[in-house]
Amino acid sequence: MNVLEISKLKVGETRSSRLDETPPKLSQAEKDALVQQYHPDYIKEAYGTIRVGMNKGEQTVHRVVSLLEGESPLASESIRLEAKQQVDVLIIGGGGAGSMAALAAKASGASVLMTTKLRLGDSNTVMAEGGMQVAVSPEDSPVRHFLDSLRGGQMANDKILLKTLVEEGPSVVKWLIDNGVMFDREEDGNLSLRPGGGSSKARLVRCKDYTGLELMRVLKDCVLNEQIEVLEYMPVLELLTDEAGGCSGAILKNLDTNQHFVVQAKTVIIATGGIGRLHIQGFPTSNHYGATGDGLPLSYRAGAKLTLQDTFQYHPTGAVFPEAMAGILVTEAIRSVGAHLLNVNGDRFIGEMETRDAVASAIIRECAEGRGVETPSGRKGVWLDMPLVDTLNGAGTLEDRFPNMVKQFSRYEIDITKEPVLIYPTLHYQNGGVEVDVDGESGVNNLFVAGEASGGLHGRNRLMGNSLLDIMVYGKRAGEAAAKRATSTEYKSITLQHLDRFHEAQKEAGVIPDTVSPILFPDYVNKS
Amino acid sequence: MTATSTEGVAPKQITIEVMGKFYQVPEGLTMLQAMWHTGHELTRGVGCLGGICGACSATYRTKDSIKIKSTLACQTLIEDGMSFSLVHTYYPNRKIPYDFKEMEDPKQDLFRYYPEAALCRNCNTCTLACPKGIDVRAAVWKAVFGDFEECAEHFMPCVMCSLCVPVCIADIAPNQVGVFVRRAQGIFFENKSPQLKNRVDEIEKGVYDQEWERVLNLSDAQLLAD
Repeated sequence: MNVLEISKLKVGETRSSRLDETPPKLSQAEKDALVQQYHPDYIKEAYGTIRVGMNKGEQTVHRVVSLLEGESPLASESIRLEAKQQVDVLIIGGGGAGSMAALAAKASGASVLMTTKLRLGDSNTVMAEGGMQVAVSPEDSPVRHFLDSLRGGQMANDKILLKTLVEEGPSVVKWLIDNGVMFDREEDGNLSLRPGGGSSKARLVRCKDYTGLELMRVLKDCVLNEQIEVLEYMPVLELLTDEAGGCSGAILKNLDTNQHFVVQAKTVIIATGGIGRLHIQGFPTSNHYGATGDGLPLSYRAGAKLTLQDTFQYHPTGAVFPEAMAGILVTEAIRSVGAHLLNVNGDRFIGEMETRDAVASAIIRECAEGRGVETPSGRKGVWLDMPLVDTLNGAGTLEDRFPNMVKQFSRYEIDITKEPVLIYPTLHYQNGGVEVDVDGESGVNNLFVAGEASGGLHGRNRLMGNSLLDIMVYGKRAGEAAAKRATSTEYKSITLQHLDRFHEAQKEAGVIPDTVSPILFPDYVNKS
Repeated sequence: MTATSTEGVAPKQITIEVMGKFYQVPEGLTMLQAMWHTGHELTRGVGCLGGICGACSATYRTKDSIKIKSTLACQTLIEDGMSFSLVHTYYPNRKIPYDFKEMEDPKQDLFRYYPEAALCRNCNTCTLACPKGIDVRAAVWKAVFGDFEECAEHFMPCVMCSLCVPVCIADIAPNQVGVFVRRAQGIFFENKSPQLKNRVDEIEKGVYDQEWERVLNLSDAQLLAD
C-alpha cells in the first residue's frame, strides 16, 4: 500500500472521533498572519510594476502586467473604420452579467447587440455551484450582509457599491423567481438558506449544486425570447473611442472567417468575466475556457482605471486527483454542511468555514510544511472528507443536495459518499477589476463594466455567493444606465486615438510588449 | 516531507482515433485533453471544461464495439482503441419565442409552442443519448400529461447540449420542452416566499435607513468590532 492509500485510511479511522471537534475560530490577528504568510497574493516575486496607463506605478501579477502592457492585435492588421452595424448598447460577453445587462437595456427601450467569444451562456456563471447570498431571513438584514462582506473583503470594499448590492439583492431574487428560476424551498415556501464561509447568518439561496446552470438557462431563454441579437464566436479585439476620449464602439473578429466587424455604439458594456485561464502563479483553475481577462486590456488601453488588480481568489477546494479533474471546483457549500479538511495524518488544521483566503492559506501551509499528500502526477493536496456530510445530515444528503458533485467523481470511480478526495486551492476569481461607479460606468465615458471584469465591490476577498448577486444586480444596473445614456445621445465618431496615445505611453516608458492582448484563449496545444 | 504514492511510473501509452486519424497518447486524459495533446487547436467544442455547459458533445465507439455512443468530451476518459469526434460545433436549434406574461395555462400552451411533444413514440433514444443521465423520455411524457413538477425535476441537470434532439424520430426538441416546463413550473406553480416579500417591502419602506446611517458613519476599526 502506498502513502496516499495509508493516509486515506487514516482519514477513515479518525472520522468518528472528529465528529464533535470544533476547530477554534481564528482571531483577526491570527487570520491576518496566516494570510500574509501563505496566500499567493502575498508572494512578492509573483508581482511586478505596471509601467503605462492609469495604474502606472502600481503592482499586479506578472501575467496581468504583460496583458495590460500588451500589444493590440490591430497593430499588425489594417482596419477600415467603417461601421458595419450601429446600435445603442453593445454588450461584450454572453455570461450572467452580459445577459442581465442585455435584458435590462432592452427593457429600458434601447437597441441591443450582444457579442461573445464563445457561445451565449459560456461563462463562469453557468459553473457556479454553491449559491447566491441574499439577506432574506427575519434574523438577517442587508446591513449584516454588508458587514460580513466588508470583513471578508479585508475592509477594502467600495462601501457604496456594496451597500447597493446587498439592498438590491432581495428584489433581484424576486425578479429571478418571477422569471422561473426554481430555487430550493422550505416546506412553507420560503427560500431554503445555507451558511457560507465568513457569513454570520445563513443566506445562500441555491438550486441544489446547479445554481449557475439554472440561472444561466433561464437568462439565456429570456435573451432568446426577447430576440436580442447575439453574435457568437465574435470576440472584441479593440474598443473604439470618439474625439473626446469616450467609448463609441468596438472592433470584433469573426473567429470562423477571421474577418473584422466594426460596431458603432452609443454605449458599450464590458461583461467579459474573469482570468482563471491565465493560470496565475501556475495554479489550476475552476474557470471556463474563455476566462482570459479580455476586458482588462481592452478597457485599460481605452483609458480606464483598474482597482484591486493585485488580488485574486484561490478557492480552497479544487480537485487535484484524478489528474483529469485538476482544478475542478468542489463547492464550499459541502463544507457548510459538515465536510472536514484533513492533512496527511488525518488531522484537522483550520475551521472549514473561515473565509476563503484563510482556508486556502491554511491548505497551502499544510502542503508547504510537509503535511500534504502527493498525487501520482506530482500535485499536492489535502483531504476533503465528504462522507461526514451524510453522517451528520442523514444518509442520502450528498446525493440529494450535491448530485452533480457525486456524479462528477463517480465518472472516475470515486464515491464521495464513502471516501475522501484530494483538493488544493484553485484559481477561482479576480477580486479586483475595472473601477466603476454605482451604475457600472468606468472612468471612460460611455464605457460600462459589469460582473467579474469590474472591481471594488468585493474588496480583497469575495465572500461565497456574492458574485452571482453581483452579476445580477450590476448587470441590471449597467444595462439600465447604458440604455438611458444611449437613448439620450447621438452616435459619436469612431477612432483609434486611444491606441495611438497608448503606443506613445509605451514608447515613453520604454515598454516593449511581450504579448498580444486580449489573448482570447489559453494555449493548451502540445507543440512537440 | 510530503507523502508520495507511486514513484515515477510513466503513464501507459494507448492508441486512439480522433476524426479518422490514429494517435499514441498517455492514458488518463479526457477526450479534450487528448485532442490538445495531439495538437488540435480548439475554438468550437470547448466551454466550461466541467461538464455543465454542453459545448463539447461528442460521439465515440470503443474497441470492438458496434455501438456509437454520445457523451461530453470534457468528462470522458479516453481508452485504448477508442474512436471519437466532437459533434455539433453548432446545432441548428429551433427556438420558438414565447412570453409567459401572455399565458394563462402553460400546460396547454406547451402544445401551442411544441405540438410535436405529444407525438413521442417511446423509442427512448433521447434517454440513451443524454450525457447527464436524464430520463428524457419519461420527462417528456410527464410534460405532456401536465405533471410539470416532475418533468422539471428530471430536467434539473440539463446542460442544453442538444444531443437528444437529432435522435428523436418525432422531431421533438426535449431540451427546449424542458426549459419551457421548468420556467412555467417556477412562474406559475411554485409557492410564494413570504420572507422574501417582507424583506423587499422593508427595504422599499426604508426600514434599514437609520441602521445604514449609523454603520456608514463608523470608522473601519469600529466596523470590525460592530
